[in-house]
Amino acid sequence: MPCVNPFAGINTAQLGAVRLMEVCGTHTMAIARAGIKRILPKDVTLISGPGCPVCVTPPEVIDTILALSSKKGVTIATYGDMLRVPGSRRGDNLARRRALGASVETVFSAMDAVDYAKSFPGREVVFLGIGFETTAPGTAAAILSAHDEGVRNFSVISVLKLVEPALRALAQSEGFNVQGFLCPGHVASVIGEEGFAFLPRDYGLPAVISGFEPQDIILSIRRLLAMLETGRPGLENQYSRAVSRDGNPLALAMLHQVFEPRRDIWRGLGAIDGGGLAIRPEYSAADAEKKFYLEISEVTAETPCRCGQVITGRMQPADCPLFGETCVPEDPVGPCMVSSEGACAAAYKYQGI
Amino acid sequence: MCLAVPLKIVEIDGVNAVGEIEGLRRKMRLDFIKEPKIGEYVVVHAGFAIERLSIEEARLNIAEWEALENALR
Amino acid sequence: MDEIITLDYGSGGKKTASLIDKLIVPAFCNPALSALGDGAVLAGSARLVFSTDSFVVNPLFFPGGDIGKLSVCGTVNDIAMCGGDPKYLSLALIIEEGVPMNVLSLVIASIKAAAEAAGVVIVTGDTKVVERGKADGIYINTSGVGFLKYPGLAPEMIQDGDAVLISGTIGDHGAAVMLARNGISDGEITSDCAPLNTLVDALFESGAAVRILRDPTRGGVATTLNEFIEGAGRGIELEETALPIRADVQAACDILGFDPLYCANEGKLIAIVSGETAQAALSALRKHPLGGNAAVIGRVSGRYPGRVGMNTAFGGGRVLQKLAGAQLPRIC
Repeated sequence: MPCVNPFAGINTAQLGAVRLMEVCGTHTMAIARAGIKRILPKDVTLISGPGCPVCVTPPEVIDTILALSSKKGVTIATYGDMLRVPGSRRGDNLARRRALGASVETVFSAMDAVDYAKSFPGREVVFLGIGFETTAPGTAAAILSAHDEGVRNFSVISVLKLVEPALRALAQSEGFNVQGFLCPGHVASVIGEEGFAFLPRDYGLPAVISGFEPQDIILSIRRLLAMLETGRPGLENQYSRAVSRDGNPLALAMLHQVFEPRRDIWRGLGAIDGGGLAIRPEYSAADAEKKFYLEISEVTAETPCRCGQVITGRMQPADCPLFGETCVPEDPVGPCMVSSEGACAAAYKYQGI
Repeated sequence: MCLAVPLKIVEIDGVNAVGEIEGLRRKMRLDFIKEPKIGEYVVVHAGFAIERLSIEEARLNIAEWEALENALR
Repeated sequence: MDEIITLDYGSGGKKTASLIDKLIVPAFCNPALSALGDGAVLAGSARLVFSTDSFVVNPLFFPGGDIGKLSVCGTVNDIAMCGGDPKYLSLALIIEEGVPMNVLSLVIASIKAAAEAAGVVIVTGDTKVVERGKADGIYINTSGVGFLKYPGLAPEMIQDGDAVLISGTIGDHGAAVMLARNGISDGEITSDCAPLNTLVDALFESGAAVRILRDPTRGGVATTLNEFIEGAGRGIELEETALPIRADVQAACDILGFDPLYCANEGKLIAIVSGETAQAALSALRKHPLGGNAAVIGRVSGRYPGRVGMNTAFGGGRVLQKLAGAQLPRIC
């Protein structure tokens, strides 16, 4: 254990209250694991943004997936993260549907889902394509692979999301009160440093692309505070060992070959233009939405969920009327509680500490 | 969205490969790595290597942390 | 409660606890059961300790063990954790039709070897066969009796200032089984499956003032420590830098998205002992073949009242909750 707090020597006196947003479920987990929030300088708060692709998938989409899972002959192939995400009915999720007889396979990679489809030609395998730009290229490769090898019983529900449109929507939202961003290092591996340049350029907000070790995160927070102190918002790449200026051209090429941006609904934030990825028409044979005539409602139903306000900093978790009563980690309503280390889940867990 | 592991490439067969960490071997895809070589390190997410790990930059990243530790002592 | 049983009810965490509290204990209500220890201490002319456990592991064979060895060590250890000296086991097998005879022979041979190593005798049993698809290869139940040797172990005995010890590296069994299940090959991770009764003897021979013992199986170290403090109004403070975790186990967990603190251990014990006798306890554990990597990992204190908290390597703090449902592999 270090003798000195790694934030020692940072003078935040003239900065006042500083709120920094980290935009990646993996960062949220890493920060919680290392207990970083407890050692931050006084007046510096870390907020977890909507960077958990599972958490921002709206309940209507989950409902569509759940309905599909109960269809005869269909096997849902999914990353483990999705098994307990709730639909709009309390307690209804993939894990429960599996207990009731649905065929649900946990996979570690989209390619595993293609292999499963090859091994079980009599089943319709539907892969849940969740994730951001980090995961999209691999999902694209799986779709291409199935296409090239004529695997007809494989399709994907794309609930993939893009980070930039959501961050822009947040930065433009009323009452947005965040002074800097910790950017997701592995999204940056794909889209490059340049992919986050819009934050200082268009919004005057400092941004640091951060790795995922506690040391990476601590150094990145220090860099953000240093930029705030000098009043010169810029973009820095702390994760230079895995992030280059322009990202990964092969990954981006495959992503754009298979997917195109579309208007998409984010739980807690609403509809965001270009906020999601749709499978291009050339690959519609692998598009589960087309194959199964899925209708995912465009309009977000009136929801009592206040996550949008919590994430943008207009509301504290404890001030949400649903917090701790209706909305609890075992039975969450919105992403802030779905994510085990989201703002609300963390507030709930750490209360009194 | 970003959980990834650094693996050392130990076998290559087209786009399919085997990566290794602490003696554990795991299959992975190298579709996004240009001219991969045995012995290189890659960052692997959901079964795909999304980028090479630059050893030079890793040294710089480590050095930044060590400089901080030294300054604080 | 839900109206159907889901996998989460078997994970050893909160849902399992709610099933026990709401359905099982009320049905059979009696003092021995309600104490909810690893085994039951029973009245009689000789004080008996009685325990039962069922084993449904997949795959049946994994590095370091198999379902047979697990079934013996699991019940032997539950008795030992209650302060009992394990003596006699029953063995019930439910076998799926189609299981090759030589697989069953291997499992039986393993049970025999494990029983001999633990010094227990299989004295009764039962065998059933079910149709294909109705069991995962083999299900095993073992029940065991022993005589109470070390009375007075209970969560109520825990006090502020006590030390939290673990007898060795964390998460090995859980990691070994998950790797075997996911076809990740090579490496040297093996299950730690072992009988702990002689290790418990060594601990008491040292003169340590032991408050409670438990083997952190399902749900892992984090869940077991939470069970200790439930209702006791105490807190436990762990030191992350003191946790003995193998680098390859950590790597395996990183790959799969798991946390070693929630992975099962089948050959380790957690002991809470008085602060003054912690050193003696540690030395005794370390001298025993099964306790070479024993460590003091924390203390009972007021730093995280009513919780299990951990001081992280960076001077931060983290709360360790009980496992809610089964651990899920993550990409996020």
